[in-house]
Amino acid sequence: MAKKTLLNAKDIHIILHRLACQLIENHNDFNNTVLIGLQPRGVFLAHRLQEILQKDYNISNIKLGQLDITFYRDDFRRREAPLAASNTTIDFIVEDKKVVIIDDVLFSGRSIRSALTAIQSFGRPESIELLVLIDRRFSRHLPIQPDYKGRQVDVINSEKVKVSWQEQDKKDAVYILSNN
Amino acid sequence: MKPLSTEHLLGIKHLKKEDINLIFETADHFKEVINRPIKKVPSLRDITIANLFFENSTRTKLSFELAEKRLSADIINFSASQSSVKKGETLIDTVNNILSMKVDIVVMRHPNVGASVFLSKHVDAKIINAGDGAHEHPTQALLDSYSIREKLGNVKGKKIVIIGDILHSRVALSNIFALQLQGAIVKVCGPTTLIPKYISSLGVEVETNLKKALAWCDVANVLRVQHERMDIKYFPSIREYTQLFGINKEILDSLGKEIVIMHPGPINRGVEITSNVADSNQSIILNQVENGVAIRMAVIYLLAQQIKK
Repeated sequence: MAKKTLLNAKDIHIILHRLACQLIENHNDFNNTVLIGLQPRGVFLAHRLQEILQKDYNISNIKLGQLDITFYRDDFRRREAPLAASNTTIDFIVEDKKVVIIDDVLFSGRSIRSALTAIQSFGRPESIELLVLIDRRFSRHLPIQPDYKGRQVDVINSEKVKVSWQEQDKKDAVYILSNN
Repeated sequence: MKPLSTEHLLGIKHLKKEDINLIFETADHFKEVINRPIKKVPSLRDITIANLFFENSTRTKLSFELAEKRLSADIINFSASQSSVKKGETLIDTVNNILSMKVDIVVMRHPNVGASVFLSKHVDAKIINAGDGAHEHPTQALLDSYSIREKLGNVKGKKIVIIGDILHSRVALSNIFALQLQGAIVKVCGPTTLIPKYISSLGVEVETNLKKALAWCDVANVLRVQHERMDIKYFPSIREYTQLFGINKEILDSLGKEIVIMHPGPINRGVEITSNVADSNQSIILNQVENGVAIRMAVIYLLAQQIKK
């Protein structure tokens, strides 16, 4: 399998700071805003952004939750292996809050569709925005677009975009994996 | 993640340890779901479930019904007292008629032992046994073990005594299978007339002295005396039963340690257990009921996953 590096640790560092600043532009002190990282891999990105906002921009009390969308997916009973769920931890009320859903890669848009339904179980948000590190263009199955994006890429469907995180994979990087 | 090793839930006897782990891990997630402001997920939107109760039930039926609704399944309910069973229809005919309305899963309680196994061989649907005679009641045993795991952290190595009417109890048999599969040590305690002869062949010790049994155990699962299943007298009087096998605060206080008290319900207050024990902090009876919904959601979800589009 061929592996091409799209972003290295330094690129990701710069992008994360830019995304954090864009969030501040729209959400000021985050008083009425909550961040929701999608399980499993959006959670790393959400934690990173929270850390940057707190340490580098002195914004305290950022509410961060993690949401698992397994039971809301539209491919239940269409796969061989069971869908494995992860933990959901949202210990605050989402009602009337500005929600920012955070995921690592936006591909078909189906996960985000599921997340939009799932988040309703925790109340009716004032608004929902989407932040992704990688936006795979021309691959959407649904009319869903990000409000904040780290990098837009054009890759063919047989290729895979893999985001590797220091916490999990010992290195910050984004790779494009292909079979040839 | 591996799927369940079985196509139906007929009894704990047909399960493997990994199946129980998978059900528990899935139930953990559903327990979080049923504590949300909106306690419902859309997973089973296109699944129809029939609840067939050929025998009375309150809590199991409600628990299954709620679990199914929380998963967004369509459900139909049937109880034998209002049905054509009274007109002489056979079980297979009854069920096939229901299945022709495009039902995917059948939850069945039946007074006859083996009814769900029989059904699973003759009809094309997933079968969940909600109690067959004095044989098995698998979801009850799963929720009991799950509640022990929640309270004590683990089931393995724990000492559990099942007290009371073992002979007529499907809860006892399913619990014995489930607990042993997870590495717990199980004893039973009750009047010798209410302890089946085969019990030693299951590797279960019998203790007829209640105080010794309680002093030995970490968890006491107290069963109801099933008067409705007793065609002869198994003990001289209820009063005598209560004196010898009833759990009260005095006997628990005399143990010098705190054990966990469980009861599958319905409780005969003042017979097998006193109110001040049933309502005490060491009782997890109501946790069992809450966990019942999460466990049944997990079982239905995992079985439904096998129904191909």
